[in-house]
Parts: sequence; C-alpha cells; structure tokens
Amino acid sequence: MDNPYLPYPVRIDSVITETEDRNLKTFTLVFINAEDERKFEYIAGQFGMLSIAGLGEIPIGIASSPTEKGFVKFTVNKVGKVTTYLHNMEAGEIMGVRGPMGNSYPWDLLRGSNVVIIGGGFAFTTLRSSIVYMIDPKNRSKFGNIDVVYGARSPGLLLYKDELAEWEKRSDINMHITVDGTNDPNWKYNVGFVPTVTKQKAPSAENAYAIICGPPIMIKFTLPVLTELGFPPERIISSLEMRMKCGIGICGRCNIGTEYVCKDGPVFTLEQLAGLPAEY
Amino acid sequence: MPDIRISKENFPGAIKQLMDRYRVFAPVKKGRFHEFALLQNVEQADLGFSNTLLSPKGLFHPQAERMFEYSLAREDPNAGILKEAQKDFSPRVILGIRPCDAKAFELDDANFNTESIKDPWWVQRRETTTMIGLACESPCSTCFCTSMGTGPFDTAGLDVLLVNIGEGYAARALTEKGTKVLEITSGCSSPAGDHLPLAERQQAAEQRIGTAFDPAAIAKKEMLELYNSPAWEEVQFACLNCGACTFVCPTCWCFDIQDEVCADKGDRLRLWDSCMFPLFTLHGSGHNPRSNKIQRVRQRFMHKLKYYQDKYNSGPACVGCGRCVQACPVNIDIRQVGQKMASPDCSCSI
Repeated sequence: MDNPYLPYPVRIDSVITETEDRNLKTFTLVFINAEDERKFEYIAGQFGMLSIAGLGEIPIGIASSPTEKGFVKFTVNKVGKVTTYLHNMEAGEIMGVRGPMGNSYPWDLLRGSNVVIIGGGFAFTTLRSSIVYMIDPKNRSKFGNIDVVYGARSPGLLLYKDELAEWEKRSDINMHITVDGTNDPNWKYNVGFVPTVTKQKAPSAENAYAIICGPPIMIKFTLPVLTELGFPPERIISSLEMRMKCGIGICGRCNIGTEYVCKDGPVFTLEQLAGLPAEY
Repeated sequence: MPDIRISKENFPGAIKQLMDRYRVFAPVKKGRFHEFALLQNVEQADLGFSNTLLSPKGLFHPQAERMFEYSLAREDPNAGILKEAQKDFSPRVILGIRPCDAKAFELDDANFNTESIKDPWWVQRRETTTMIGLACESPCSTCFCTSMGTGPFDTAGLDVLLVNIGEGYAARALTEKGTKVLEITSGCSSPAGDHLPLAERQQAAEQRIGTAFDPAAIAKKEMLELYNSPAWEEVQFACLNCGACTFVCPTCWCFDIQDEVCADKGDRLRLWDSCMFPLFTLHGSGHNPRSNKIQRVRQRFMHKLKYYQDKYNSGPACVGCGRCVQACPVNIDIRQVGQKMASPDCSCSI
C-alpha cells in the first residue's frame, strides 16, 4: 500500500529570490527517484506538501505548470518555522514533497471559454502555473481570450518579473500589470489597486470565467466589480488557503462545513462558497 | 456457525487459547478506571466494567504514533529522507469491546479508508484485528446509543458477539474472522442449543437506555440555518475549550503531525489534536478562521451531528457512549445540544 504521508525525496535545483523584500523565494525541485516525478503528475491549481525532516511540512501551491517537465516549482513566503528554514537552504540540499493535492482549477469547464485571471501579491503562484499551461502551444487553442490583471504593492514585489515582461510582448494574452504605487519614472505599466484596474480594463463576462486569488481585502473589493461586469457566482473561481497537516482529507482541521479545503478544494466557485459557513 | 456457550470456568482457558495465537487486548483495571490493554496474563482481563474512561480508539489511532524516522547526520547519504517506522501488525483480538465503541470504528472508516485515499496504518490495523464484543446490559445514565442508530447488542462493528448469560457467555460468530476465533477456542465451548434468550435480553437492554434526540431531524435542516443559529451563544457559554470531550470520544479522529529531533536522529509523529484548541486552525499568517470559542464549540457539534451526516449521507458521527457527557467539567451535554439542534428553531431549552 502506498503511504500518502511519505514525502518523495527531492533535491533543490535552484533558489531564486523573487521580491526586493526578500520574503519570497522560488525553489525548483528535482525528484531523486525518476518514478516519483511520474507519481507526482499534477494539474494547474493543485498544491503540494513541502517537507523538511526535523521541522515539519507546509502546504504550498504548485507554481510550475504540468507542461514543464523534469522539475516542480514552489514560491514560498517566509512566515514561520519551516519556511524560514527553507529560505536558508541552498541548491543541492535534500528535502521532501508530498502530493499533488487538491482539486485544481476546473480545466474541463474552462475549455472553450475566455479566461480572466486576477491575482494580487504573492497569491500568483498557481496562477502562473495556469497561465504557462494555457499559453503552451498544445493548449492555447482550447481557450478563448486570456486576460490577466496582476497587482502588487510596488514593482519590486511582483513575482516572475522576467516572465511577466515576456507575456506582455505576446499577442495571445492581454496583460494588465499594476502596482499600488511607485516613484519609478520608467514604470510603463498601470498604477492603481487591482479592483480599480479590473474596472478600467473591463474584461468581458461573455462566455468567460474569472479566477481570482489574492489577499482577502483585494478579493472583497474585486468581487463587486466582477458582478458589475456580469460574472455570475458560478463563473467566479477562487482558491483558498487553510492550515493543513495531512493534505489528504483525514486530519480534520481544514474543513469549511462539510468540505475539506485540502481534498474537496482548495478551488471553489463563489456559488459553492455561498452555500458554506463563512469560516475561512 | 451455530451459537456456542462458554462456561465461566472455561472462559479463562478460552482467552489463553486466543493469547497463544493473537495479541489479545481487553479491559484491564488500572487505578480507578478500566482501559483496553495488551493482556500479559489471563487474569488481567476484567469484563465487569460499564465503560472505559477513554474509548478504545487508541488501539487503531494511537495518541502518539511514530510515522517516520530519519537521520540528520551530515555524513549519512540518506540524511533528511524519511523512512517508515516499524510497526507490529500481527493479528490481534480485542476482547470485550462494547458494541457502541466497535460501531464507532465503522464511522471512523469513512474518514480513514476511502475510495481514493487510505490511511495505511488504520487500514492494516482494521484488517488484522478481530473484535469480540460484549453485549451491554447495564448502561450508564449517560448512555444514548439507541438514539444514534446503534445499541447495546449492535453487531455492526463486531466479529463475535458475547452475551453474559449468567453461568457463562453465549457467543455468536458474525464474520469469517469471528468464526475463526470461535473455532480456535472450541475446546472450551459447547453448543448453545436452541433457547438462547438473546432477543429478550436485547429488548430489555434497549429499554434501559433513554431517548436523547433525533439525528434525522438535524440531517433535514439546512446547514447554514443551523450554523447561524443564535443557540450557539448559550451552548458555548460555559465551555472551557479544555478538549476533554474530544480526547475521550471514539469518533474524534483529528490529529496533528509534528517532528521531534534528538541529536542527529528524528521522528515524524502524529498526535491526537482537538478542534477545541485555537492552534488547530491558526494560519502561518496569524489569521485564524476559528479564533473564537463559539466557532470551535460549534465546529465540534456541527461536525458530529450535521457535517458528517451530510458529507457521508449517513447517521451522525456519534454512537451515544456518553463519555463526553461524563468528562465535561462544566456539564455540557451533547444530548441537550442535539435536542436544540433538532428542535424547529434550535430554541429547545432543557
């Protein structure tokens, strides 16, 4: 019997500091046993448990895309014991990964639709996975227009800056990058909060789904904008965070009513959330 | 297999025969209370108890369990790679378990043994364990098993049902595993004959247990209506969030996972946890979706009596053993809470 609590051993291949506050680093991990990579076959929107022997485990969204082979990427914010230790680890060191976990974004449902992605701050990791997945030559034709509104407090706090610049140049994805404020005279993108920029850019709700991930305050003020644009609750999709231990629906702590965020989520539509206790 | 009888004189011999083939766990009196423990000798087994203080859940889900071990030694090429800790899954018998406690393991199976994900330790222990239950004829004042869809003679979670018939025990095999243990002890037993008064005894035992509340009435209500009821204010008022109810409960399975390190060796452990504790849901960011006591108290009762019923389309995650009623230092009584939840506007005040 496969043990779902046993992490796959991985080697840290590279560590990239993403933001100028140095609180976010991206870890590229390579499986030590090739068959483990096959067992870890994932879908954009799922997460994994990063394991460090002697410290514990943390649930982190998968930032790489299923179309990228040979490695898996996680962008980690430094908040506690495990993440602080992880931030001090270097390429070549050994750690563990369990997963993939959770339900992913509903790709079957999104097929043939326009997709509006709205992200804020460091909640852009599984959104990066989704964008890379959608713009892959094998997949791009499955989707209509792709609009991306992505905001951070300042330019230095944006994740994946090189890729954002590349996506800006493409014609098959409409990027709307924004910052809350900046005194950089060379800043060539938007300035303004995510809800405001979403309203200005007004992506059409026609045959469209919106995927929104970010801090609660951003979500709170963006939802009315999406409603105004004509997105019904069943076409607004979000991904939740919760304290987790097992990640597989057994240890009991991540429930919202009947639903375990780790197994039944983390992706829910606004319609689904409206039927559950507001306990997240 | 037909029912058999084992006389009181032969009963120790039967236990001995089981001990030769299995690890046998039975109620053992330790200090003031009984608990299920591995028998070292036949005399330790004491079936004359009304209820163990702790449920026997620790036999399948130990309070502290080593999951994995690892080395952190720099020179070790496998440093930081977790290996499964060795465990004993040799066949065992649990003797004298109450029907309600055995039923609880069936309810817990819905969590630990699902189509898609199986807890390997839980599943292996369940497979290698034979449960010899003892019908319960002198319930505690806190028992309400019959209201929760089980009862003092419920065979649902058992392999063998024993009934104390005065001069000895009547035994009925309920599964293949059960037939096997009765065959092993056949030298100590005799055919039961036709006139075992089990149905009468079952009826009498059931009549000794009071009615508590109707879980089906809770299942019919809207989840959010119950969740938003003002009744939780009153229910939570006296609660200390001590967590005693969750530790004695046979259907509270929640656990934490922690690493412990000594010098350059470490273990990953799983440890019972409780939804009564604020740390249970505290995010790394400091946000806590159940930061207030009222949210935690509501979570416990809603999970047992509402969420579980809705999620698995079954009865409640409660067998009416009454341990939480006995253990609560401020007399919060799940029977009263259930009555409130089942009443039309959650207003029932008892």
